[in-house]
Amino acid sequence: MALATFWFIVIAVLWTGFFVLEGFDLGVGMLHTVVARDEAGRRAAINTIGPLWDGNEVWLIVAAAAMFAAFPDWYATMFSGFYLALILLLVGLIVRGVSFEFRGKVDGVRWRRTWDVLLTGGSLLVPLLIGIALGDLLHGVPIDQDHEFTGDFGDLFSGYSVFAGITLVLLCLLHGAAFIALKTTGRVRERASLLARRIAPLTVLAVLAFLPWTHSTAGRGALPDILELVAMLAVLAAAWLLHGRHEGWAFVATTVTIATTVLSVFVDLYPRLMVSSTDPAYNLTVQNSASGNYALKVMSVVAIVFFPLVLAYQGWTYHVFRLRISAEQFAPSATRSEG
Amino acid sequence: MSQLDLARLQFAMTSVYHFLFVPVTIGLGFLTALLQTGWHRTGRAELLQLTRFFGTLLVINIAVGVVTGLVQEFQFGMDWSEYSRTVGDVFGAPLAMEGLAAFFLESTFLGLWLFGWDRLPPRVHLATIWAVALGGALSAAFIMAANSWMQHPVGYTIDQSTGRPQLNDVWKLFTNPVFLRGYLHVILASVVTGAAVMLAVSAWQLRKGTSPLAFHATAKLALVVLVPTILVAMLVGSELGVTEGKYQPMKIAGAEAQWDTCQPCSFSLFQVGGGKDDMTPTKVIAIPHLLSLLATNHWNGQVLGLNTVQAQYEQQYGPGSYVPNIFIQYWSMRVMAYLALVVTLVGLWGLWLLWRKRLSSSRWFLRVAVWTAVLPFLMNTAGWLLTENGRQPWIVQGIQLTRNGVSPSVSTTTVAISILVFFLLYAVLAVVEVVLITRYARKELSPPPAEDAPVPALSY
Ligand code: HDD
Ligand code: HEM
Ligand code: HEM
Repeated sequence: MALATFWFIVIAVLWTGFFVLEGFDLGVGMLHTVVARDEAGRRAAINTIGPLWDGNEVWLIVAAAAMFAAFPDWYATMFSGFYLALILLLVGLIVRGVSFEFRGKVDGVRWRRTWDVLLTGGSLLVPLLIGIALGDLLHGVPIDQDHEFTGDFGDLFSGYSVFAGITLVLLCLLHGAAFIALKTTGRVRERASLLARRIAPLTVLAVLAFLPWTHSTAGRGALPDILELVAMLAVLAAAWLLHGRHEGWAFVATTVTIATTVLSVFVDLYPRLMVSSTDPAYNLTVQNSASGNYALKVMSVVAIVFFPLVLAYQGWTYHVFRLRISAEQFAPSATRSEG
Repeated sequence: MSQLDLARLQFAMTSVYHFLFVPVTIGLGFLTALLQTGWHRTGRAELLQLTRFFGTLLVINIAVGVVTGLVQEFQFGMDWSEYSRTVGDVFGAPLAMEGLAAFFLESTFLGLWLFGWDRLPPRVHLATIWAVALGGALSAAFIMAANSWMQHPVGYTIDQSTGRPQLNDVWKLFTNPVFLRGYLHVILASVVTGAAVMLAVSAWQLRKGTSPLAFHATAKLALVVLVPTILVAMLVGSELGVTEGKYQPMKIAGAEAQWDTCQPCSFSLFQVGGGKDDMTPTKVIAIPHLLSLLATNHWNGQVLGLNTVQAQYEQQYGPGSYVPNIFIQYWSMRVMAYLALVVTLVGLWGLWLLWRKRLSSSRWFLRVAVWTAVLPFLMNTAGWLLTENGRQPWIVQGIQLTRNGVSPSVSTTTVAISILVFFLLYAVLAVVEVVLITRYARKELSPPPAEDAPVPALSY
C-alpha cells in the first residue's frame, strides 16, 4: 500500500501546485478590470499571465487524470456525484479559457466588455467550485456501500464546504493582486498593491477560521497541526509584507499560504479519499480504492521521469518572462500591440 | 430517450466537436513549424510574415481545442462512472501520462512561442514551435493508445476479487496493432486536415491578390504535403481496416452491411437498404473481389458476415444483439473513402497547375480549393463514427457493454441539462471561432519588422 500512499501524495501535490500557480491566474482574471480602468492597463494585467496560464491549468488536468488512474473509484464517485457542479466548473473553465484568446481579437468596446465579464466570472467560479468540492471530500456526502453517490445537488453545499470555496476565492484574489503588483509598473502596480492591502484582512480572517474548522471537521480536535500553523503565520506575514510594500516577499508569503492551506485539507483527509456521510464504513480510502500495484508502479516511473522535466521547463518559462510589464507597452501607439 | 442514449449522444457530440480542432492543431502546428524553419534557414521576410499569419490562426484554433478537451476528460467520470471504476486501472494510465508528457509540453511551449518572439534567441524560439508540434503529436499518441485498448484490449488480466481488468503489461498498450496503425492514420489525417486548411486560406488570398508571392509559397507547401500524405493515409486506412477485421469483425462486416459470410466478396459502391430488417440490400454498383481484397488483402479472402459473428458472440457472451448500427457503419466508411478520393483529385489538380505554373491564375482551382477544406472535417467525423459506433454494443470490446458503463447515480434530467448547456455553449463558441478564423484568414500579412528591430511578441 506504500505506492497508493505515494499516489495520494502526488495527487495532493498536483492540486496544491494547481492552486499555487493557477491561483494567481484566477486572481488576475477576477481583478483585471479592477486594477486598471483603461484598456492598456487591463491588457498589461492580462499579459502578466499571458504566457503562463495555459501551462498552469494543465496541473488541473493532470490532477484529475491521476485520480482516474490511481484511484478509479475516487474519480468515478466524485465526478458522477458532483455532476451539476462540475458542469458549472467546466463552463467557467471554458469561457475563461477562450476569453484570453478572444478578447483582443476584435477591436470593439462591447466585444471586450463581454469577454472581460466572462473572464472575471469564470475566474471566480473555478476556485469557488473546486473549493467547495475539496471541502465536500472532507466534510462528507451521502455515499452507499457500493461507493455510489446517493445525494442530490443540495448535499454539496454544507456550511463547511461553502466556506472552503469562499476561502479559496479570497486566497486567489490576494495571490493574484500580489502577483500583479510584482509583475507590473506604474498605475497598475499601485492599484494592485492597494487592492492587495484591502483584500488582505478578509483573507486573514478567512484562513484563520478555515483551518481550525478543517481540523475539527476531520475529527482531529480544534488544535491546529504544524502545517496549519505555518499557513496561519504565512497569511499574517503576507498581510504585513503587503503593508510594508515588500512585493516580492509578499508574493512568497501568499504562495506559502495557499500551498499549506490546500495541503492541510489533504493531510486531514488522509487516509480517506472521500468521506461518506451515510456511514464511515462506506468511506473511500487509499486502501479500498487504489489501482493495482503494477499500474501504480508504471505511473510512478513515468511521474519520476517527467515531473522534474516539467518543473524544469515551467521554471524556465518563469525566468524568461520575469520582467515587469507596463501599461505603456499597450498604449495604442506602441508597436507591440498587435495580435 | 434514456439516460444511456443521452450520455452516448453527449459523448458523441463533444468528441466530434473536440476532434474538429485537434487535427488542425496537429497539422497546422507542424506546417507552421516548417514555415518558421524556412525563415530561420533563408531569412526571407515573407516566411516570417507567413509564420505569424498561420500561427495566429493556429492559436485561435487551439483556444477552443484546449477547453473542449477539458470536457472530454471530465466526462468519463461524470457520465461513465461504472466504466471509469471498471477500467481506470488500465485506461487511466495513458490518460495521466498524456497530461504529464504531452499537455504540459504543448501548453508551456505555446506560451513561450507566442510571447517569446522578442525574448528568446531565434534558434531557441524556433525550438519552441517544434516542441508545440511534438506535444500535439504526443498527446494524440497517448489518447489513441487508450482508445485502441477499448477497441482491442491487451496487456491486462481480470482481477479475480473485483472482476475488473488490471494492467499487467504496459508495453502491450503501446504495441497494440490497432494502436500502431490507428495512430499513424490519425496523424496522417491531421496533416491532411492542416494542409487542406492552409491550402484554402492561401487560395482565398491568391484570389484576392495581395501578397501573391507569399501565398503562392504556402499554397505550394500545402499541396506538396497534402497529396503524398493523403495517399499514405488511404493505404494505412485500408491496412487499419484489415487489422480491425481481425479483432472486431463485427465493425468491418457492418461497414459493408455484409450479413452473410462471403468468399470472394464484392464491394458495393452504393446500395439501398441493408439494415437489420432488410438483409438483402439492392447493391446498385458492385465491384467483384474488391471487398475481399480490402478486408483481407487477398483476392479470394473470406469476410465473416454479421449473422455469423452474431451467432459466435451469442455463444461466447450470452444472448443479445451484438450488431452495431449498420447504416452509420456503411455510410461513414464510404463518406471517408469517397471524400478522400475527391481531396486527392483536387490535390493532383493543384500539383498539375503548379507544374504548369498556372496555380495563381486558375480562378476555378482557387475557388474549389477554398471549399475543399470542409472535406477533411467530414472525413474525420465519419472515421470516428466508424470506429466508435462499430464497437457498439461494447464500450470496451468483450469486457464491458456500453449500457453497463453509465453512471448509476446520474439521472436522465441531469444528463439532459448538461447536453443542453454544452450544446448552447459549443454553438456560440463555433460561431465566434468561425467568425474569428475567417476574419484573420482574410487579413493582409502584417508588414515585416524593421531590419534590426526585434520581432514583437504575439501578446493578448
Ligand atoms: C483526412 C482524414 C482521413 C482519410 C483521408 C481517411 N481516413 Fe480513415 N479515419 C480517419 C480519417 C481519415 C480518422 C478520423 O482519423 C479515423 C477515426 C479513428 C481513427 O483511428 O482514425 C479513421 C478511421 C478509419 C478506420 C476505422 C479504424 C478503427 O475502427 O479503429 C478505417 C477502417 C479507416 N479509417 C479506413 C480508411 C480508408 C480505407 C481510407 C481510404 C480511402 C481512409 N480511412 C481515409
Ligand atoms: C481517443 C479517444 C476516445 C475515447 C477514449 C473515446 C471513448 C468513448 C466512450 C467512452 C464513448 C461512450 C460509450 C459508447 O457509446 O461507446 C464513446 C462514444 C462515442 N465516441 Fe468516442 N472516444 C474517443 C474519441 C472519439 C472521437 C475523437 C470521436 C469523434 C470525432 C468519437 C466519437 C464517438 C461517438 C460518435 C460515440 C457514440 C457512439 C455510439 O454511442 O454509438 N470518439 N467514445
Ligand atoms: C475522449 C478522449 C479525449 C480526452 C479525455 C482528451 C483530453 C484533452 C484535454 C484535457 C485537452 C486540453 C489540454 C491542454 O490544456 O493543453 C486536450 C487537448 C488536445 N487533445 Fe484531446 N482528448 C480526447 C480526445 C483526443 C483525440 C482523439 C486526440 C487526437 C487523436 C486528441 C488530441 C488532442 C490535442 C492535439 C490537444 C491539444 C489542443 C487542441 O486540441 O488544439 N484528443 N484533450
